[in-house]
Amino acid sequence: MQIEPNKYVKELTQEKYKYGFTTDIHTDIIEKGLNEEVVRLISSKKGEPDWLLEFRLKAFRYWQTLEMPEWAHLNIPEIDYQAISYYADPTRKKEGPKSVDDIDPELLRTFDKLGIPLEERLALSGMAVDAVMDSVSVKTTFKETLMEKGIIFCSISEAVREHPDLVRKYLGSVVGYRDNFFAALNSAVFSDGSFVYIPKGVRCPMELSTYFRINAANTGQFERTLIIADDDSYVSYLEGCTAPMRDENQLHAAIVEIVVLDRAEVKYSTVQNWYPGDAEGKGGVYNFVTKRGNCKGIGSKLSWTQVETGSAITWKYPSCILTGDNSTAEFYSVAVTNNFQQADTGTKMIHLGKNTRSTIVSKGISAGRSQNSYRGLVRVSERADNARNYSQCDSLLLGSRCGAHTFPYMDIHNETAVVEHEATTSKISEDQIFYCNQRGIPTEDAVGLIVNGYAKEVLNKLPMEFAVEAQKLLSVSLEGSVG
Amino acid sequence: MNMKAEQQYIDLFTQYEGLICRQSAEALNTPRAKAFADFEKLGFPTRKQEKYKYTEADKFFAPDYGLNLNRLEFPVNPYEVFKCDVPNMSTSLYFVVNDSFDKHVHPSSRLPEGVVFGSLKDMALAYPELVKKFYGKLADTSEDAITAFNTMFTQDGVLMYVPENTVVERPIQLVNILRADVDFMVNRRVLIILGDGAQAKLLMCDHAMDEVNFLATQVIEVFVGKDAVFDLYELEENHNSTVRFSNLYVRQEAGSNVLLNGMTLHNGTTRNTTKVLLAGRGAEINLCGMAIADKNEQVDNNTFIDHLVPDCTSNELFKYVLDDQAVGAFAGKVLVREGAQHTVSQQTNRNLCATRESRMYTQPQLEIYADDVKCSHGATVGQLDENALFYMQQRGISVKEARLLLMFAFVNEVVDHIRMDALKDRLHLLVEKRFRGELNKCQGCAICK
Repeated sequence: MQIEPNKYVKELTQEKYKYGFTTDIHTDIIEKGLNEEVVRLISSKKGEPDWLLEFRLKAFRYWQTLEMPEWAHLNIPEIDYQAISYYADPTRKKEGPKSVDDIDPELLRTFDKLGIPLEERLALSGMAVDAVMDSVSVKTTFKETLMEKGIIFCSISEAVREHPDLVRKYLGSVVGYRDNFFAALNSAVFSDGSFVYIPKGVRCPMELSTYFRINAANTGQFERTLIIADDDSYVSYLEGCTAPMRDENQLHAAIVEIVVLDRAEVKYSTVQNWYPGDAEGKGGVYNFVTKRGNCKGIGSKLSWTQVETGSAITWKYPSCILTGDNSTAEFYSVAVTNNFQQADTGTKMIHLGKNTRSTIVSKGISAGRSQNSYRGLVRVSERADNARNYSQCDSLLLGSRCGAHTFPYMDIHNETAVVEHEATTSKISEDQIFYCNQRGIPTEDAVGLIVNGYAKEVLNKLPMEFAVEAQKLLSVSLEGSVG
Repeated sequence: MNMKAEQQYIDLFTQYEGLICRQSAEALNTPRAKAFADFEKLGFPTRKQEKYKYTEADKFFAPDYGLNLNRLEFPVNPYEVFKCDVPNMSTSLYFVVNDSFDKHVHPSSRLPEGVVFGSLKDMALAYPELVKKFYGKLADTSEDAITAFNTMFTQDGVLMYVPENTVVERPIQLVNILRADVDFMVNRRVLIILGDGAQAKLLMCDHAMDEVNFLATQVIEVFVGKDAVFDLYELEENHNSTVRFSNLYVRQEAGSNVLLNGMTLHNGTTRNTTKVLLAGRGAEINLCGMAIADKNEQVDNNTFIDHLVPDCTSNELFKYVLDDQAVGAFAGKVLVREGAQHTVSQQTNRNLCATRESRMYTQPQLEIYADDVKCSHGATVGQLDENALFYMQQRGISVKEARLLLMFAFVNEVVDHIRMDALKDRLHLLVEKRFRGELNKCQGCAICK
């Protein structure tokens, strides 16, 4: 442990208290419950234009007509939508631990294993660390570089104010408010999120990450992300982080929309490690996200990579609509479930354009008493000549009380399509473990090694710095699941 | 319309329950009340239901069909119309006309002692205990509306009983004939019981004789005892205005081996639901299916294999060739229950779409709750291999011929699973004729052409 910076932090936090920058001042939470008034209130608090309020209201009215879907292979306790507060001021500081000593030692051990830098640890454990981290300067240099290139990267509320035309044109164009139950809910009450616009011909020089944006840490449970890649542009976007995120909100219903125009390429990587609940299956985050990209342009490309290790329940299908001719889509996923976690995740590849190609590689790992499902759809429409899809979904079972399930759907409406699906289910063989043991590798490490080898195909698709952390994360998530 | 479709049958049943029961047997009558209650609750399946996503059942039940509740005998002598022999294969031959077992038993049909093959209604009267013990025990009416519907209205069908350690050497052939002058509905029921160590082969052929609209529901329950071996081949050759809903339930005890092979050569709309319960260790199921569909034909196979205990094996292979505007659907689910270790399960579904308008839906699903298992599934939808076509053309085979050859080879993989050589040869020929367009419509019994 580095002692000096801790001291500094302590001093600083103390100081802040001294000057009264405390939690009490900005407590701006509205009453629990959801009705039209609440939607109006959220909109007015954010100072939104009329068209956005209209959008929210339409979504809300539609949501009221819907019932919670039940088709997933999940056991979801009933959610009381009236018991949730739908607005908390993002500038409000959370009541966090005051110093490193106050942080849950369990959490610290996990950080150690993941090798997360100290500054980050503090940020993640909820401390006010702006002063410690050199994030301000990082952010500034970062912003300058981006501005030079004409890239817009800001919160969606800011984008509504600064670039209303862009937002208005694309918001809801990929995931309409009528899309599904949670999309309607999100459209009605979305709190904040990120907005990215990459102009024509620009290659974004760095990985964009929510991590760099200060308010991203507390955008609330109804996040909304909109990414637009104009012609011939490229961007790689990172969401989430490998460190365990303790979150007070149980329900997360986010929307991610991506529009990829002619010859542009978007790479979207997610590492999700929300609180999965304790070993008895109590608590934990419900992660119900609608993610979809539209490869609108000719020759466009969209790639989803996800590493899902957290959340009590994960229910999401990052999807691609291949509208443009010659467009390409990829989906790489590792989903790990342990203890009582449940995951129903996969993708949808909707081929509309000619000569479109999609690849799906999904690796599910289940341990403990968890249930892990892959659910995917490949649809080839009448017009999508020469569409090509390859899907592979493998499941690895650790333990005899967990479940691994595969539910692929293929709807083929074109005779020129070539669609393949393969799935296998297996467990780590005793021989493999024995071999590692012989060479002095303890069983737990051996499982980590084997799991990482199994998930390598997907981990390789992650940006460098993420990949290393994600590998460690897999081992940590499966801790205690063997033996 | 939706409500009406159910209502007319609810009314019909309420009004004629007495008649239906009088013309049937007690063992068949007992479950009717529960089936009726279940049907009232379930209604016909709609596309909103996952299981019936690809076949809209209520649409087919909405029109008016005639029902032979009075069990009038149809003036037909099947032997005059058919000589349904597979060359080089001697079978014990039986007929079911619509849903009544034809009592004119073929003179050459002989069965080993103790083996029973006959009208379900008569047998239910003759052996009420046996039928009561098994009838309706697998076909759960609360789960499937079609099964409930069939249980409500069925009055007759077939009972096959093979006692312990009895081997039926000669395959049994059952020809289901649809015969009517008006649009007609048939509710057929088949109950098959194989004692421990018994062996039998059954070939079922479906033929529609008249050019009217037929709607046939069929529920088959198969109980396979310990170490028993059973083959069931179903061959469908109906015309385009027949609708078939067939629910097949199988329960296998330890060490049993079952082969199910459903071949759809000509049909209108076909929905086959197959549910296999592997209830004893070491049981093996080979579940195959094949469909060749063109015009507006629709084939939907929905299979479910339940691995209840350890050490069972399931192999599944389904192949479709779709032409014109044909629609094919395959949904296969393999469930491995907690504790069912050492399960080996393989599921394959391969499909060829020949035209733009043809559609294929496939859902190969695995649900696994045990870790020491070997399970895999694969599904493909595609076209014939370009390289193979090119290779053949180089060797002077026309494109058309090359295509046909590749298609035979594609489908024949399923036919090759048949464990009767004579039938295999016959089907190779039928498949070839089918592809060459020589089996344009069901002209009587195509099998003896």
